[in-house]
Amino acid sequence: METNYQLKRADFIFKNENDWKEVLKKNINRPPHELINELISSELKGRGGAGFPTGLKWKLSAEVKSDIKYVICNADEGEPGTFKDREILSLVPFKVLTAMAICGHVVGAKEGYIYLRGEYFFLKPELNKAISEFEHYCKEINLDFTIRIFMGSGAYICGEETALFESMEGKRGEPRNKPPYPAISGYMNKPTVINNVETLAHAYTIFTYGAKRFYDLGVQYSRGTKLFSVSGDTPKPGIYELELGMSLTDFVNDFGDGDTKAVQVGGASGFLVPRKRFAETTIGYEGKLIGISLPTGGSMMLFNSSRSMFNVLDNYLEFFREESCGQCTPCRVGCQQLLKGIKAVKTGEKNAQHLDKLLRLAETMQFTAKCGLGQSVANSFSSIVENFREEMIY
Amino acid sequence: MNTSATLVKNLADQYGRSRNNLLPILQGVVEQEKYLSESSMIEIARELDIPASEVYGTATFYSFLEHKKMGRYIIRICKTITCSMKGKNQVLLAIQDMLKIDVGETTPDGTFSLLQTNCLGFCHKAPTMLINNDVYTDLTPEKVRGILSQYLTKNKEGGQDGN
Repeated sequence: METNYQLKRADFIFKNENDWKEVLKKNINRPPHELINELISSELKGRGGAGFPTGLKWKLSAEVKSDIKYVICNADEGEPGTFKDREILSLVPFKVLTAMAICGHVVGAKEGYIYLRGEYFFLKPELNKAISEFEHYCKEINLDFTIRIFMGSGAYICGEETALFESMEGKRGEPRNKPPYPAISGYMNKPTVINNVETLAHAYTIFTYGAKRFYDLGVQYSRGTKLFSVSGDTPKPGIYELELGMSLTDFVNDFGDGDTKAVQVGGASGFLVPRKRFAETTIGYEGKLIGISLPTGGSMMLFNSSRSMFNVLDNYLEFFREESCGQCTPCRVGCQQLLKGIKAVKTGEKNAQHLDKLLRLAETMQFTAKCGLGQSVANSFSSIVENFREEMIY
Repeated sequence: MNTSATLVKNLADQYGRSRNNLLPILQGVVEQEKYLSESSMIEIARELDIPASEVYGTATFYSFLEHKKMGRYIIRICKTITCSMKGKNQVLLAIQDMLKIDVGETTPDGTFSLLQTNCLGFCHKAPTMLINNDVYTDLTPEKVRGILSQYLTKNKEGGQDGN
């Protein structure tokens, strides 16, 4: 295997967590504003994919006056091609629990929940054991904070934060209108901080080593490291922690099988990048001045030249059609019609120009769907149809 | 009281009777009875004092809350992109061939049900499946036959671990 020195590997997330008691004790004795400033100056952004600045999220919730507030860890990891959160919860659960409790101290919340997807039920016994040990220590140091696991039951949409609240409230997992945002009105209409598992693990790193250590990694607008879930046509599938800002060329040189035709960045709701665009594409958040910068929850799926992009898109659309909550028409009907449409073009029932109509439909969904699920279908749909049009037709 | 009603009452005692506890109660019934019958949903509505239509609405939203009687072991094979690319269909054929059931069906003796599901979060070890709550990865037709044989043996010996 060729060694590539362009990709900067890192090892923070899975580094041992033996120091969690010290980290917790040290940080809950610091004033909340200091912790918020530390998080803001680290420029940590949400690692679930959306990339909202974490420090700002905590700050907004801290500023709201309410007797009851919640901290929720979003472990409803359902994006195709993403499997990092499971690994964090199995290997370093105390980092996540500690960051939740520090968040509770910052915003004034006494109750924390982990919303764990139903598919990960097997993690529950070990995680509960960790929680008991954690809560025991909290009592020892007079910290009033509890954590409960709430199990999901097989619904991708519940990873959307407001759908997750609905689910926890015993309802169908249908997203709410925003605003109000969770920081103001979330679970049970109380101020709620909801963070992805990995975001909390990074917060632990920041509260352990300081903001500068984190900020010095990555590139402008995209600071720190990120876990990448690598799968598909690669000789080394798995989970890798890399600095943000890498170019896709470097990524493919390291992880490709020598015949990579395209990479899906960000799962089924992300973008497909064809080979000719690898060089100009980097992985990070918006704000880059040259080329394209793609944010991601960390899902990197590689496809080699043996793969049919029609089959890939067909698989994604079937996924979305099943997982759409059905609440808003653009998403419910749009997903069905996109799937029906590409099949009709493939079988010759409709001519190739029908694809242009479908692209307009995808664009309409992007503007009119109620939540991120419906809005993001256009990402993969348009990037696949535009770059591999001939594979959709023949 | 029939067994369903007793179960629902016990679960409501355990979790509480507010609307927030609906999902854990539904999950508890599915864990025990392998599906949500109409009568158990009506019983839940009575215990929580909410309309049965609300219980039904929530219950039908989630793919892991089944509405028809399932087998003792529910096989859920992942059909999302990476598993599909890495030979899910061959594994599925091996299961169908061995158990003589199609996707969505249950073996006549009520041992296995076969379903397809969306991404299980093991794309680096594709193809994968769940049997109840246990994960099996890096599947091949040969490997899956071995796994099912073990379950068949376990079932004959009458082990009590439905989960």
